[in-house]
Amino acid sequence: MTSADEKSPIVIDAPDDSFIQMIIKTGGPNVQNCYQCGTCSGSCPAGARTNYLVRGIIRKALLGLKEQCISAPELWFCTTCYTCTDRCPQDVKPTDVIKAIRNIAVAEGYMLVPHQKTALKVLEAGHAVPLDKESWEVLREKVGVERVPPNASRYPEAIEEIRKIAKKTGFDKLVEEKEEKKEE
Amino acid sequence: MPKQSFYHFLGCIIPHRYPSIEAAAKLVFKDLGVELLDMEGATCCPAPGVFGSFDRVTWATIAARNLTIAEAGGHPITTGCNGCFASLWDTNHELKHDDELRAAVNENLAEIGREFKGTIEVWHYVDALYSLVGLEKIREKATRPLKGVRMAIHPGCHWMRPKQVKKKDDSEHPHIFKEICEASGAEYVPYKDELICCGAGGAVRTADVKTALDFTKQKFDSLLEAGGADVVVTPCPFCELQLDMGQVEIQKFFDAEYHFDILHVMELLALAFGHEPEEFGLTTHLQYMQRKNQPNWKRLGIEARA
Repeated sequence: MTSADEKSPIVIDAPDDSFIQMIIKTGGPNVQNCYQCGTCSGSCPAGARTNYLVRGIIRKALLGLKEQCISAPELWFCTTCYTCTDRCPQDVKPTDVIKAIRNIAVAEGYMLVPHQKTALKVLEAGHAVPLDKESWEVLREKVGVERVPPNASRYPEAIEEIRKIAKKTGFDKLVEEKEEKKEE
Repeated sequence: MPKQSFYHFLGCIIPHRYPSIEAAAKLVFKDLGVELLDMEGATCCPAPGVFGSFDRVTWATIAARNLTIAEAGGHPITTGCNGCFASLWDTNHELKHDDELRAAVNENLAEIGREFKGTIEVWHYVDALYSLVGLEKIREKATRPLKGVRMAIHPGCHWMRPKQVKKKDDSEHPHIFKEICEASGAEYVPYKDELICCGAGGAVRTADVKTALDFTKQKFDSLLEAGGADVVVTPCPFCELQLDMGQVEIQKFFDAEYHFDILHVMELLALAFGHEPEEFGLTTHLQYMQRKNQPNWKRLGIEARA
């Protein structure tokens, strides 16, 4: 699916900038600075080994091709190393643009199952990487620190506060809904 | 000078997977006369790549909740994790400069009776060591300099990037982390891909561990091309997990075998300050636990242990 004759031309009669406005609002305020030089992709260690192309995603975003951007699996290959951001001559802050597009993707139901599980762990244990086995406590004992650290692993009220926050922002629903869909 | 005190933000990976870093940090800061205070009820920072990619406002609210714990006690925060540093520092910075986000976050925090006030600062261990303690004092404490140990470094990303926001170091030619590591007396070994990400961040390791490990493998190959090293030092436990446990995983996914000892900068300094490896449990690194082996004591210049 790479030859030109298999693709239809992108004709923009009435530019729809609603996606761009969403990106600007969600954490990518400089997205429209981009002049497509490609410094981002040339600097990108994820792009060197996957089909993740920062410049391409930003170009699609500027053309208003929202669905193509948010549904692309490669959107999730960015390790957020910020090398592109440090090198971008136009201060586009590509990493933040990608994170903003990811936020929009998640809001519209595009969330990978392992990511959803990690999010759930934070709501359940207060930590993305929890103290979930006795062996981890033994490991702590072995290095000479208290078995349970003074974080949310020791204080359940902290986890309760995280749940209240997630309920207030609607984040709990975002994670739950995905789980329900999966069970169907 | 009055005694410097910090709230010690542990995060997830240090206390729950690499507690030797927690133990080493306590030894090193104590030696340097810096007080670490427990941050009771702190949660996940939450992970900037994963959580920050899901919902920015929820991410900032949970991070701000952590900040309010330190604000209540009136001391700055220090953390030994690049990811935790990114969440806490970035949120602190953004909320001090973005009124709209601050209003949204404080509306959420009101739900749990908290408010972000913007009264404290967040420091990475590296920052605290370099700017507040100083290289001179670190060198002074290095009573067992790791002379002749060939040391590669992996600075990682989020302590210094994005550089125009963080304003910590020049991310293309960083020197601060290197100088702290050199204060241990070990000999710095450069390699081409020193500044490339370990591959773990940004929710990549979570969803596609093989792709994440491909980054790591590139770093190891680059290091071998440069002649190898006795130890690789990083300021981040997630990078440490990726470089340390990653060797076991790379063997499985790529059938390639590497044997590098990986140290967090606090573990390196603990050794250089004369502490014995068992004082902070160096052998509990997941690589050693899984491979049922031990650090290469000879290469680290430390007497072999029973």
